[in-house]
Parts: sequence; C-alpha cells; structure tokens
Amino acid sequence: MTTGSTEKVNGAKALIKCLEKEGVDTLFGYPGGQIIPFYNELYDSDLRHILVRHEQAAAHAADGYARATGKTGVCVSTSGPGATNLVTGIATAYMDSVPIVALTGQVPRALIGNDAFQEADITGITMPITKHNYLVQDAQAIPRIVKEAFHIASTGRPGPVLIDLPKDVQNIEIDLQYPDRIELRSYKPTYKGNPQQIKRAAEEIANSCRPIIYAGGGVISSNASAELVELAEAIMAPVTTTLMGISSIPTGHPLYIGMLGMHGSKYANYAIQESDLIIAVGARFDDRVTGKIESFAPNARIIHIDVDPAEISKNIMVDIPILGDAKQVLRSLIKYVQCCKSEEWIEKVNQWKKEFPLTYCHSQDTVMPQFVIEQISEVCKDAIIVTEVGQHQMWAAQFFKYSKPRTFITSGGLGTMGYGFPAAMGAKVGMPDKTVINIAGDGSFQMNSQELATVVQNDIPVVNVVLNNGYLGMVRQWQELFYDRRYSYTFIKGSVDFVKLAEAYGALGLRAEKPSEVRPAIEEAVRSGRPAVVDVIVECEANVYPMVPAGAAINEFIELEEH
Amino acid sequence: MKHTLAVLVENKSGVLSRVASLFARRGYNIDSLAVGVTEDPDISRMTIVVHGDGHVLEQVTTQLNKLIDVINVTDIRADDAVERELALIKVAADVETRAEIIQIANIFRARIVDVAPKSMTVEVTGDEGKIQAIEKLLRQFGIEEMVRTGKIALVRGAKKV
Repeated sequence: MTTGSTEKVNGAKALIKCLEKEGVDTLFGYPGGQIIPFYNELYDSDLRHILVRHEQAAAHAADGYARATGKTGVCVSTSGPGATNLVTGIATAYMDSVPIVALTGQVPRALIGNDAFQEADITGITMPITKHNYLVQDAQAIPRIVKEAFHIASTGRPGPVLIDLPKDVQNIEIDLQYPDRIELRSYKPTYKGNPQQIKRAAEEIANSCRPIIYAGGGVISSNASAELVELAEAIMAPVTTTLMGISSIPTGHPLYIGMLGMHGSKYANYAIQESDLIIAVGARFDDRVTGKIESFAPNARIIHIDVDPAEISKNIMVDIPILGDAKQVLRSLIKYVQCCKSEEWIEKVNQWKKEFPLTYCHSQDTVMPQFVIEQISEVCKDAIIVTEVGQHQMWAAQFFKYSKPRTFITSGGLGTMGYGFPAAMGAKVGMPDKTVINIAGDGSFQMNSQELATVVQNDIPVVNVVLNNGYLGMVRQWQELFYDRRYSYTFIKGSVDFVKLAEAYGALGLRAEKPSEVRPAIEEAVRSGRPAVVDVIVECEANVYPMVPAGAAINEFIELEEH
Repeated sequence: MKHTLAVLVENKSGVLSRVASLFARRGYNIDSLAVGVTEDPDISRMTIVVHGDGHVLEQVTTQLNKLIDVINVTDIRADDAVERELALIKVAADVETRAEIIQIANIFRARIVDVAPKSMTVEVTGDEGKIQAIEKLLRQFGIEEMVRTGKIALVRGAKKV
C-alpha cells in the first residue's frame, strides 16, 4: 500500500510532503493562529505560497488556477474567520465543479466544541458545498486523507474538498509513508459509457433531422473539446454552449451558434427549441438555460452524457442517459455515428444567424461596453479571459472570440461578484506565459480590489478592464425592465477613482473615456507587463440583449430599443 | 408513496449529519430514520423511510450515492422484506384496568416491561400498522408517554442489500 521508507516528521511537515507528492507547486493562503505550525514548515519548503489579502481571494485564486491549468488548486487559511472567509470561494468551486483542496487550521482537539477563540465548525459549515471534507482527528491519517482528498477533488465530477487540521495534530510526530493507492469502496466514478447506450445514441442521431449539441462545462473539465468538435463535424450538428461551456469550441467555428439561455443568442435559442434531438454533453439543464421547463425544446428527444448520475433526469427527463466521462463517451460515440440528414436544418440555423445577429447600438461619442469587449478580443487573441459577475460577464460571453478551451473563466453557477480578479490572479500564476484579462464591472471589482496588493507584491501582471457605468448594472437592468425604473440602491457612480486606486497599490492605472482611447489603453496595459487597471467609462444604461425574462420560454425575448 | 431505503455507510463520525443535511437541503422529507452498526463494525446501516414519487426516490438515491461515505443504497420493497418498529408505551393503569391492558398486550404479543402503582409500560414490536393499532386501543386508558424507533427492515431469504 505504501512505498518508500518511513520518516518521522510532524503533522505539518507531513502535510507539506504529501502536497509535494501530489504535484502541488503553488498555494494561495493567509496565515493565522491555528495554522502557524503549517506555515512554520512552509517557510523551509520549495512550495510557492501567494499571500492574499483576504481568504476569499485565496479560494477564488485556487479555483482560477485549477480552471486555467486543469490541475487541482490549493488554498490555506486559519480557523474561524479565516475558514469562514473561504466559504464563498468553496461554494463557487462547488457549483462549477472545480477541483480545489482547502486546508484550514482548527483549534486543538481538546478545545473543539468549547466555543474556543477563533473556533468555527468548518466541516459542518461546508458540508453542503464540498464534495467531501475531513476533520483530521489522528495525525497518522494525514497522508491517507491528503491522498484521498486530491483523488476525490479531481476525479468523477470534480469539486472542492476541505481538510480541517487541529493545531495539535499539526505538531504531533508521525511516521510518514505516502500511500500509492486509494481504497475508497464507496467512491468509484463511471468513466466508460455503456456501449449499448452509446449505440442507441448513434441510432437516434442517424434518425434525426434537426440535431443540436448542447455542451457545458463538463466538456472543458474532461478536456473533450477536440472530441466535441469532431462529433459536431461528423454529424453536421450545430453546437450551442452554456456559459460554462464557452471556449469548448472556437467561437469562429461555422457550426457554433453561441451561448443559449437567458442571455443566449436568438439563433441558439431558436435552434434548441426547434430541434428534434438534443445531445447534451457535460451540462445540467440549469434554469438559466432552459427557461420555463415545460416549454423547453418541446419536440426534442434528449441524449444526456454526464459523469454525475444525479444530474441525469434531475431537471428534465432524458431519453438516453449515458453515464461517463465526456471525452471517453464522445470518443466511442464518434466511432458509431454517421452524418445525419441535417443540410436543411443547418441552412435554417444559418439563416437565423444572419437574421438575428448579436449586436448593439454603436456610438461615436460614448464607449459602448460591447465595443470594449470587441477591442479586447482583437488586441488579446489568445488571452485567458476571466470575468466578475453581471452585465460585463454576459457581454464577455457574447462578444469575445474564444479559440482554445480553458480561456474563459467565470463564476457560472453561484454567480459570485468579486470572483474575477482573484481567479485571474490564480490563472496567471498557473499559466504565466498567457495574457490574463479580468473583465470587471465597477461594482464587482470593488468586492476584491484589495488583491491589487497581492498582484503587485508577487508580480502577477493581471490586467483588469473595468467597464465603469456607475451602476450595479445587471440589477439596474432588471429594475429598468421589471421594476418601473426604480433604481433602488444600484447607483454607485463616483465610488472611487480606479486609476488612483491602482496607483496607490503600485499598479498601473489607465483611463479611457472615448471610443478612440479604449484600444491604446488596453494595448498599453498588456504591453507594460505590470498589474494594471484600465478604467473604461462606458454608456451607463446599456442593457444585455437578447434577454429572456425569468420563467418565460427561451424563445420569448424582451427587445427594447437602446435609448 | 412511501419507500424504505437501506443505506450502508462508513461507520464514521459525521456521517449521520451528512445524510440528514442532504435530505434537508434538497427538500426531501424523512418519515423515519434508524441507524446502527452492522455485522461489520466498520459499516453502519441506516433505514430511512421517505415519501415521494419515483422521480423523488431516484433523486434521493443518486444524491445519497454521491456522498463519499455512503457505500450503497437499496430500495426495500415491503412485500419482499421483514419490517419492524419498536415502541414503548407508558399507559395509565390502576387495579381496575391493569388486567384489561395485559390482555390487550397479549393479543398483540407485546410485553409488559414495567409496572408501577399508577402506570404500566408496554413494549411492542411489529410493523407500523400493528403499532398504530395497539396505540389506538391503549389510548382509552390514557397514554402518558410513548417512544417509537424508526422502522428497520431486512430483505427476506438469501438476498442481501
């Protein structure tokens, strides 16, 4: 079960050695009283530790690192408030199925349950938002627990795992032997799809005239982009993606019809509604995608490929479930499929594409937010785009042209404002040769702007482009459309001078107020090789369109003229 | 419709709370839950009675299976299983009613496990219906206190969960 010789080390050192064995190179964290023994050992270790300025950022950075690299991200905090500050980041990773391991300090075992100073029941608190968690009661179990934690986080449907380490456990000396095998009798994810089901799916595809592929984040996490494109081309089916599935197929691919759902392209929503067969891959029929579920794709049979059995028929009954890893299932499915009779269908979809393109009102004087995204797209073709949450996030989904997987990183499920900047930081640490742009709003950026200190201190040149409209824009849009323009507490204009804020931290601060200034500012920020904030003053009441109101069928759009 | 689930779990601290919180946050109702260690000291067995249609049952089962500490989940069909609950019922009793209560207990193959000057405690095992029946009959004497275990169940014959 174990390899190598036994060595005697304390729990903290054992933990570090185990992390090294798992291939961890970077931790994002913040020290505190109950995790000091771990930090004491970390001082002598080769692991890179990025000291954040708020634990929430550590969790998001680990998440961004994981999404950009495909490896498991690691964050560390102390007990109590340190641990509870991780919670939003852990929940974000849970909702988007991102593999992270969170390490938290805990009060010594003898004090657990006594309401000790900085004690919080973090395993209890994170039970609903982790794939699994551990409270380490026995120091000798550390190697096994670390091995299991990384295995659980990164396999099957990935997700966050938390390990809570009482301070005394970190100090106890143990015989360190790192196990090379896992024995979890209750956890055996299915990867290989059932061959019968795959054959049935191939038959369905052969009989279909209006097929559509609906791809989600599972395609990206299982690295199945090549297979996705191959299947689409083999059967000549249009591909729509969820927000999480963006970048799984190049935006410019002729079969790609963009994102579907609430802010999806009209042609994607029309296509899914008119389809006779949906091939769902690593997607979960979320309410933002399906709209009113009773009216969703009324004439379509559904093939659902997913690694998580609990997603099958959770929101919508499927006809052919295929349990397994997207990459493996698609590979076998490709072997059986033939091109279906979809020429007319493709023509129709292309017609919709021409007739209802994604567009916006262009302006010579005011900077339109969508224009900024297009400029970023032209200047930074191969960049990793990270976003905060809100209108800018939807525009980044709609108007940037993605060419490679793992280049669009966003909080899809939880919709966490303040996610983007720390996640961008994590992505840049994981992929130092890539340009990393955080597309932000002026509301979201202020939720974790303290991380400017982290990126400056650690020289992590992330470029933040703030689409500054002086509003909490998405809420304002809803207030405009559904609450009679009563802009209750969404006006935030003048909250801070972002240029000076950047400069105060020692980062580069730039501002663009006219359309002609946008591109030079972005180019300068990227060229500088420094952490930067580009404050772009944009049209303050631009809306995200198309829009399907919550609870409506996804082909019922709101269309209002821009004023 | 009611379903009886036999859930084998790792015998570790915190498992009960993982299972219970899953039911709470997914909005499934537990009618009863009984838990105890099995013939293997590393494994505990929970018997959970839930109500809901086939879709709910399917969701409960797959969500339970996602918990790392859950080893397996089996839906035990009533016609195929031995099902038991146990109840302790403290009934008001005096010289005049004692004999009648004993008679009722005998009919239900229940046992008198404690007698005091003004009360008696009856222990009864059986399925839900039997326990409801004896409870109804004893009510006329005045039930002072009652405690019931959740249902436990084993599949008949050689089959195991």
